[in-house]
Amino acid sequence: MIQRVLKIYPTLLRIGFAEAVAYRAEFLVWMLSMTLPLVMLAIWSAVAREGAVGGFDTDRFTAYYLATLLVRQLTGSWVVWEMIREVREGTLSMRLLRPIHPLLAHSAESLAGIPLRAAFSIPIAIGALLITSPAHHIHDPVIGLCAVAAFFGAWALNFSISAMVGTLALVFESSIAIWDLYLGMFFLFSGYLVPIALFPPMMGKIARVLPFAYLQSVPVEILTNTFSRTQAFEQLAIQWGYAALGLTCLVFLWQRNIKRFAAYGG
Amino acid sequence: MVQNQRASSAIEILLYPGACYPFAVSQIEVSNLVKEYRVAERSSGLAASIKSLFHRKFTIARAVDDLSFSINAGERVGFLGPNGAGKTTTLKVLSGLLHATAGSVRVGGRDPRQREIPFLKQITLVMGQKQQLIWDLPPVDTFAMNRAIYEIPERDYRETLGELTELLTIGKLAQRPTRQLSLGERMKCELVAALLHRPKVLFLDEPTIGLDVSMQATLRHFIRAYNERFGATILLTSHYMDDVTALCPRVIVIDKGRLTYDGDLTALVHRLRPHKRVVMRTARGEQISKDVPAASLSSAVSELLASNEIVDLTIEDPPLEEVMRDLFGESKGAA
Repeated sequence: MIQRVLKIYPTLLRIGFAEAVAYRAEFLVWMLSMTLPLVMLAIWSAVAREGAVGGFDTDRFTAYYLATLLVRQLTGSWVVWEMIREVREGTLSMRLLRPIHPLLAHSAESLAGIPLRAAFSIPIAIGALLITSPAHHIHDPVIGLCAVAAFFGAWALNFSISAMVGTLALVFESSIAIWDLYLGMFFLFSGYLVPIALFPPMMGKIARVLPFAYLQSVPVEILTNTFSRTQAFEQLAIQWGYAALGLTCLVFLWQRNIKRFAAYGG
Repeated sequence: MVQNQRASSAIEILLYPGACYPFAVSQIEVSNLVKEYRVAERSSGLAASIKSLFHRKFTIARAVDDLSFSINAGERVGFLGPNGAGKTTTLKVLSGLLHATAGSVRVGGRDPRQREIPFLKQITLVMGQKQQLIWDLPPVDTFAMNRAIYEIPERDYRETLGELTELLTIGKLAQRPTRQLSLGERMKCELVAALLHRPKVLFLDEPTIGLDVSMQATLRHFIRAYNERFGATILLTSHYMDDVTALCPRVIVIDKGRLTYDGDLTALVHRLRPHKRVVMRTARGEQISKDVPAASLSSAVSELLASNEIVDLTIEDPPLEEVMRDLFGESKGAA
């Protein structure tokens, strides 16, 4: 089974990439719409000019929000929209007819968009290296590997959550409302808008327990050299645990609900 | 060809030992199939909208009702019925997209609900109103993706692709983005994408819908050629009776999800319209059409010839559209 998937997957990635390139103009506009961290950077930099806030000076805010932008660009998954559309329009039928699990096909399409987003993100990464002090750069290769692992973990968790909500379209007519609720929680608890280190203590503790931090804050903190090796390993273990749980729940939800697919519209 | 079909049947008996047909292998078995949908109901207006927030009313709609039939390997069968009769629902159950509420279904000896890889590799479902081609990429990319997913060896892929593109006269069309193709061109490429893995069972749901007459004829010719070349089983739904007449010696008719006829198309025509249509053109250019009982055809024609100055005369079965109108009207009357 795994051998079969490994054989098919490169073609799915290639086709997914070709599709992403075909939508490049739309893709670029969409990526530009994800620049909220830059707005937050401007606001917090203005505040930090008066003095450091909770240990964050202008330099640290710059490193944090540029890394935030990078992590969101490279690990985000918006498969939920495609899945909901396919259920509503009945085009999921076409996926179900193919001898490959639809979730695997979706994962390949999601991953295939990353190189194009990387092309947009690499200049940001280079800019971040040039304008921030070496204190926020990774010097330890082990931490560098942890950052790569954190990127994959964040993508896997993002994908599983996005696909789980997409799968709920088989049960609820407007599962997009659940996605809106999730996004609200994500913005609040992930560290996307405000670093978790600046949260009130109790809220910070809650944020560290919930999965949202492992989508955004943890990869950003590893990338900006905030953690020691031990801390990075601990955070990675929790992140990958959440990702494994998310993927297991996704498969369970899919298997339980796919029989409810009514294949309307065709 | 006959020898090939016999050999293929023998192999299939070996593959599906559960089947006990000495000469014909049953490829599709449907027994007492029932499919029900749970449908939300709400009246119009603000009050009904607010009420539905707290209490939703559901009804059960039975799309397929105790349907049973069997189709042998290599058969071409027309699946007919008025809109909403349950044809597409049945095709979706047969292809594993929908789970039956009750009854059993076997296709190629397998349970479609399981959606096992060998099952998916031996069927295809072509829906005239749905497409599998990737909209912004040329069809060749969808073909390449299907080659990988269906694990078609490179040599077989080249061979099948060559055959299909030649039969459908596709040429360089497959290298243009799908969105820039006409409906007919797209449908041809859809067929290629659906048949690259050489499925043994084809479910065709309105494959010629919206196509011009010449394109319809091309597709009909192609479907027939594919059936003869590969011994594939074909179950076809279409509202174009020309499709059915040209392709399907046997028809299954359903209405309100129930079987109303299963048998020979010609026999159905003779049962419902037990007469022939005599169409004549007189020397004055008038066209006369008269339905006469088949038993008294010769005397009726002699009579017509004696009383008119005829320059042209044809004898034909009544158009299938009329027969179907009678059949569907009959069932409406019965309801």
